[in-house]
Amino acid sequence: MKVSFKTAISLAIWAATWEIAGRYFGNDFFPPLSAIIRADVDLLSLPTFWAALGNTAHSFGIGIALAVIVGVPLGVLIGCSEVADKLSNTWINIFISAPLTAVVPALIPLLGIGEATVIATVFLFSVWIIVLDTQAGIRRVGASLVDMSKVFGATRRQRFFLILLPGALPEILTGIRLGVVRGIKGVIIGQIIVSLLGFGAMFQDFLQGFSMTRFWGLIAIVFLLSFVLVELVAVIERRVEFYAPSR
Amino acid sequence: MMSVDASAIVKVSEVSLRYPNGTEALNGVSLDVPKGELVTLLGPSGCGKTSLLKIIAGLLQPSSGEIRINDRISRAPGPDRALVFQDFALMPWATVLRNVAFGLELRGLSRASRQAEAKRYIAEVGLAGSEYKYPHELSGGMRQRAGLARALAVNAEVLMMDEPFSAVDEQMRRKLQEDLLDLLRRERKTVIFVTHSIEEAVYLSDRIVLLSRNPGRVMRVVKPGFRRDTNESDIRRDPRYQDIIDDIWTSLKGYLN
Repeated sequence: MKVSFKTAISLAIWAATWEIAGRYFGNDFFPPLSAIIRADVDLLSLPTFWAALGNTAHSFGIGIALAVIVGVPLGVLIGCSEVADKLSNTWINIFISAPLTAVVPALIPLLGIGEATVIATVFLFSVWIIVLDTQAGIRRVGASLVDMSKVFGATRRQRFFLILLPGALPEILTGIRLGVVRGIKGVIIGQIIVSLLGFGAMFQDFLQGFSMTRFWGLIAIVFLLSFVLVELVAVIERRVEFYAPSR
Repeated sequence: MMSVDASAIVKVSEVSLRYPNGTEALNGVSLDVPKGELVTLLGPSGCGKTSLLKIIAGLLQPSSGEIRINDRISRAPGPDRALVFQDFALMPWATVLRNVAFGLELRGLSRASRQAEAKRYIAEVGLAGSEYKYPHELSGGMRQRAGLARALAVNAEVLMMDEPFSAVDEQMRRKLQEDLLDLLRRERKTVIFVTHSIEEAVYLSDRIVLLSRNPGRVMRVVKPGFRRDTNESDIRRDPRYQDIIDDIWTSLKGYLN
């Protein structure tokens, strides 16, 4: 309770500062918060907004799902195998730190100006951190838990599903949460570069039409949505946190 | 005392273990574990006693030599052996009940039957009432009771214990030792026990295998010879108890430097 009270205070101060700054020093490019909230109410009544939201959620959902489906098994493999680790370690670290935004335009000739490019962008932004965190989680599973499963006769499949996966789950969920953060960046960046789809197209429209209040309004909504989404993963993450220190 | 001619259930023949870096951990170790006895592997740290236990468990392959369980060569873990771990090795995400039933879960028993079986052993080790607790909610002593119940639940003939009480405090350790003897009187298991505590070895064992180090070899075998049906605390009051401890200490002292 204490924490949420402090959070509320901090948000209130931040909002008040924005409102005052916007009113007294603002211009068309930097409207006060109240104007943005009015723009948001307005935005929520637009069918184009809901279409854009649906479109964005679709691309994001597929991209993240692919990143999890590919990233977790890859991370488990690298976590279990010395050879796989040596082969892939450098590449993963390059991809994780690389400014992948620069690669997106190069995807267009391959995948076309459409949703495929946006999905690929979400995937590329989010998959590496999921691989890396899953690998770290597998490494945290104690050797004696693995020995225990062998002594009591676990098959490889049982060892994977009953020991390694739950053992690595705290890190896997951290990886997915960070993957979601990166994936949201990916979906917006992908859409802006493709500039025909979803929120990216709306951002472009507002900017080109100088409707700055709406532009900021959309930014506020996107920020709020991504915050809620990341918190949802964090809620699941906190549920398994209790056993993280004792593997 | 167990009868002397009890057939060996575990036979270790000429087992050597050499690590990839060339260090020799075990050299030509041979020993027999008679059915129904509690045999302790005792020695200074670095004598390879835990490695030897892991080889018997099938978790580690010897460089040479062989392990026979009931006259059959064994190279992998099997349902005839169960292990109690020094660090408990409980799944922290699972309740005591699921942890204790884990060996049965792996064998594909139905939920109802494995839980019924697990509950019986949870009560047996004195953990009744903690079935739905998680390991982090238990003390070290209680965690090891759960580890013991898990090993008992699979009903293996040979129970192996790797310094099982070294991670709990002194008083709890004494209580666990007494409870173990009490339990073995009812469960009739063959036990291979690893410890570095001379007192623990003398108190618990039918026979003690003393290992030397660099490399680990069988130095001598000591049979304390206390009657298993005597009261637990009588053993510690027996004058022979202290004599045997001193005798073993004299043998081991030379290896500490």
